[in-house]
Amino acid sequence: MVTVIDYGAGNIQSVMNALRFIGCEAVLADDPKALKNSKAVLLPGVGSFGDAMANLKKRGFATAIQEWTAADKPFLGICLGMQVLFESSEESPGIEGLGILKGKFKKFPANLGVKVPHIGWNSLDVKNDSGIFDGLPENPYVYFVHSYYLQAEEPIVSARADYGIPFDAAVQKGNLWACQFHPEKSGETGIAMLKNFSAAMNREG
Amino acid sequence: MYAKRIIPCLDLKDGRVVKGTNFVGLRDAGDPVEAAIEYNRQSADELVLLDITASSDSRGIMTDIVEKVAQNIFIPFTVGGGIRTIEDFTEILRAGADKVSVNSSALKNPTLIQDAAYKFGSQCVVVAMDAKRTADGKWTLYLNGGRIDTGRDAVEWAREVEKLGAGEILLTSMDCDGTKAGYDLELTRAISESVSLPVIASGGAGQLSHFSEVITEGKADAVLAASLFHFKEISIPDLKIYLQNQGISVRQ
Repeated sequence: MVTVIDYGAGNIQSVMNALRFIGCEAVLADDPKALKNSKAVLLPGVGSFGDAMANLKKRGFATAIQEWTAADKPFLGICLGMQVLFESSEESPGIEGLGILKGKFKKFPANLGVKVPHIGWNSLDVKNDSGIFDGLPENPYVYFVHSYYLQAEEPIVSARADYGIPFDAAVQKGNLWACQFHPEKSGETGIAMLKNFSAAMNREG
Repeated sequence: MYAKRIIPCLDLKDGRVVKGTNFVGLRDAGDPVEAAIEYNRQSADELVLLDITASSDSRGIMTDIVEKVAQNIFIPFTVGGGIRTIEDFTEILRAGADKVSVNSSALKNPTLIQDAAYKFGSQCVVVAMDAKRTADGKWTLYLNGGRIDTGRDAVEWAREVEKLGAGEILLTSMDCDGTKAGYDLELTRAISESVSLPVIASGGAGQLSHFSEVITEGKADAVLAASLFHFKEISIPDLKIYLQNQGISVRQ
């Protein structure tokens, strides 16, 4: 069973729908106690970095996530749920992220000749096809909605993308997986990724 | 590579696809959920569901359809038609839509765009515009499905909705809609060049070259069509192969 963290961020229903669609048992939890009974944790999210951090702390999830990932249990962060795993974001200066992974989020500069936010389908350059990208083509198309991009500061990048500038689109460290794009909105490709996550959870559990 | 999007539009009346679809294997050609599933299978990049029911009692039916679509396909989709208030936005987004489109209601009450963008984020606010050419080579906006000329300039309105926080423009040419003679390239380019928002071109597609023209000459970010896809005059996989051969990047 996967626990999907409900911390007031949007778009949670899409993630629940997609997990249900692949036959993965999923429960929404707004209390960290629920993590005890789960094999895996999914942190979704649409919203701002600062609000997300404030809500995660308020509901006791910040420490719970740090402990969960320190134990190398299966974890998937999506979009904002990826961003908060890192140290900081230009979206909310002065706000510290969970600091589980090393890296920062920067705003796409205005002079790139591309529209910001980056909304739409873009292809990935997969660097590590053993995790969520297992069995997928080398350059799968996935769906993005974001204004801030990752510059990771440790060798954990599993896929990159290009939108005016190249950026880190997905990372993996042990059983901790995270992606900037939305697997739950990336059609068959995204469904395959969620199945890979579900399979990893069952192996670990 | 960032992909140009191909978007089929389902016009719904009383919860049914207007004029139906012509897909083999569908149990019910007028069922929007079945049509959405089929378009997902055909590699559509996004969907638009437009409720053209005149009365407002169709909202419950629409919400039910949105929920079912969201449970069965995992690509982004926009829902429009009869959205008048922030409460309407909340209901449709909660049901599982990714974006909501507003048209007449935004023209009558522009702060709706601002309020929705503030509450839900610009990425889910689509402003639909129905534009028609004037004698002096401009375009004005029409209300209520093209029946009432507001006299408002389309380019000016596009700039205004960008300032108000819209995330995307769905631009329909009233002159070209239904003609199959091609999109209005000048209109699409005029709007695309006036704003930095993505523009979805709509109205007039009849053959493959119309799609590539509106992307290259009209500078559209996405192309929308309805009956052309419903009746398989052009299939989405064929269109993607064609666009790719024209050097336009599309999702495979």
